[in-house]
Amino acid sequence: MSHFSFDLALACLDDTAELAQRFSKVLKPGDVILLDGDIGMGKSFFARCLIQSSQDIPEDVPSPTFTIVQTYDTEIGEIWHTDLYRLSGADDIIELGLLDAFETSICLVEWPDRLETLVPQSALRLRFSPGPTEDARQVHVTWTQAAWTTRLEPFTHA
Amino acid sequence: MQTTSLTFLGLESSCDDTAAAVLRVFSDGTRHILASTVMGQNTLHADFGGVVPEIAARAHAERIDVCVQDALRDAELGLADIDAIGVTSGPGLIGGVLAGVMCAKGLAAGSGKPLIGVNHLAGHALTPRLTDGLEFPYLMLLVSGGHCQFLIVKDAETYSRIGGTIDDAPGEAFDKTARLLGLPQPGGPSVEQAALKGNDTRFKFPRPLLDRDGCDMSFSGLKTALLRTRDVLVAEHGGLFETDIADVSAGFQTAVADVLAEKSRRAIATYLELSPKDPVIAVAGGVAANKFIRSRLEQVAHDTGVRFTAPPLALCTDNAAMIANAAFELYQRGVRHDMTLSARPRWPLDTSRPAMLGSGKKGAKA
Repeated sequence: MSHFSFDLALACLDDTAELAQRFSKVLKPGDVILLDGDIGMGKSFFARCLIQSSQDIPEDVPSPTFTIVQTYDTEIGEIWHTDLYRLSGADDIIELGLLDAFETSICLVEWPDRLETLVPQSALRLRFSPGPTEDARQVHVTWTQAAWTTRLEPFTHA
Repeated sequence: MQTTSLTFLGLESSCDDTAAAVLRVFSDGTRHILASTVMGQNTLHADFGGVVPEIAARAHAERIDVCVQDALRDAELGLADIDAIGVTSGPGLIGGVLAGVMCAKGLAAGSGKPLIGVNHLAGHALTPRLTDGLEFPYLMLLVSGGHCQFLIVKDAETYSRIGGTIDDAPGEAFDKTARLLGLPQPGGPSVEQAALKGNDTRFKFPRPLLDRDGCDMSFSGLKTALLRTRDVLVAEHGGLFETDIADVSAGFQTAVADVLAEKSRRAIATYLELSPKDPVIAVAGGVAANKFIRSRLEQVAHDTGVRFTAPPLALCTDNAAMIANAAFELYQRGVRHDMTLSARPRWPLDTSRPAMLGSGKKGAKA
């Protein structure tokens, strides 16, 4: 199976917010976005920007660390914002209804390593890592499904 | 014979814990918790550095039955002695909320007692009525692992949220700070402990949104700043010395306290515009157990001429006595639900206010 990837350099928080906004334009129900990266790398910030920019009247997007799942009605469909950090295994993932949501909603998944073997083939992975300055970030985007290659053209040909 | 008291059964299973309680309210208004049982998820899971939540509805369902039995036994009452059944019907994890709602419906249907669905946050917000007999309107700072908001509680059904966190709650920030510094979970007590020996001026951490008007708060940027400080220290001497951990903890705790104190000052100013007869701020939630933060908040209350109260911790963490108490308040207002009561995963207390912006489209300058 082929793996595709590209890298983005984000110089500041506004760049991250803009990237999230642009992502919200290409997503549709059934998309699973895995947000990888250490604590403090801006995974929740990215998710918050993405959700709020896909809403007519932006809602609060609190951290899902304690609640595990927060769902939002948006212009582009229902979005599930989840933080799997506190989960202990695949049973919990299934019990949450996350596998069903993978099919019917847009899922933004923080700490996706907890999915273990349940990672959908079609998922897009964004790995956030530190950049050269305080607010700068590197984003490594990877996927295996060829459909993403076309859908992500606006980003790869920026 | 005339009834001189009302007795409420409360059920709570919207978060990590499962709980049931029996509350008796006498005709003179005094409220007594006859029983309160909590089956916790307090087994710390070292691998994950925190409390592992119970996701499965089935597990909650099994526990809630036991909790109800235990609470009734402790109160030495039967279902027939209960006047109404209150249950958390949201917000929270759907599996847990559903388990509680289904159980309460079963009990209500079987016993013919009235059923009252309670908002979990209203349970917290009305707790000072149970513990301190506060009169409306009072100012509430709800500050815990998952929540951080200022509410003006006008009556049992009217809440005005005048500010809150736009990202992480302080309790979460404490947990994540502990994670970053290699301190044990839960992070609140361990960071507070480490901070005791620390110098809070060695590292200057940001006070996000402090320069902005209003009562909104942000704690996510603080976490990022702390991460950077840690990485610099580790790069310098290959690890963290105990003094480093103490100083970072102290600097972090003081930053959180500064933000909460200043925002409380503003929230009190807004609240005082209502000219309450006996102005009071109630602080509820696990973070109120932090002695340093608590003393800072007490100072603000003192400076602004507002009474300070904080319900005991056992009634600030998730429990069912607060649900029975909220059910009583709603019962008094004529609220009754039927078998159509549904579980609501999302249920803001104050639906009249727009989102706490400052993040999102423009990007938070945290």
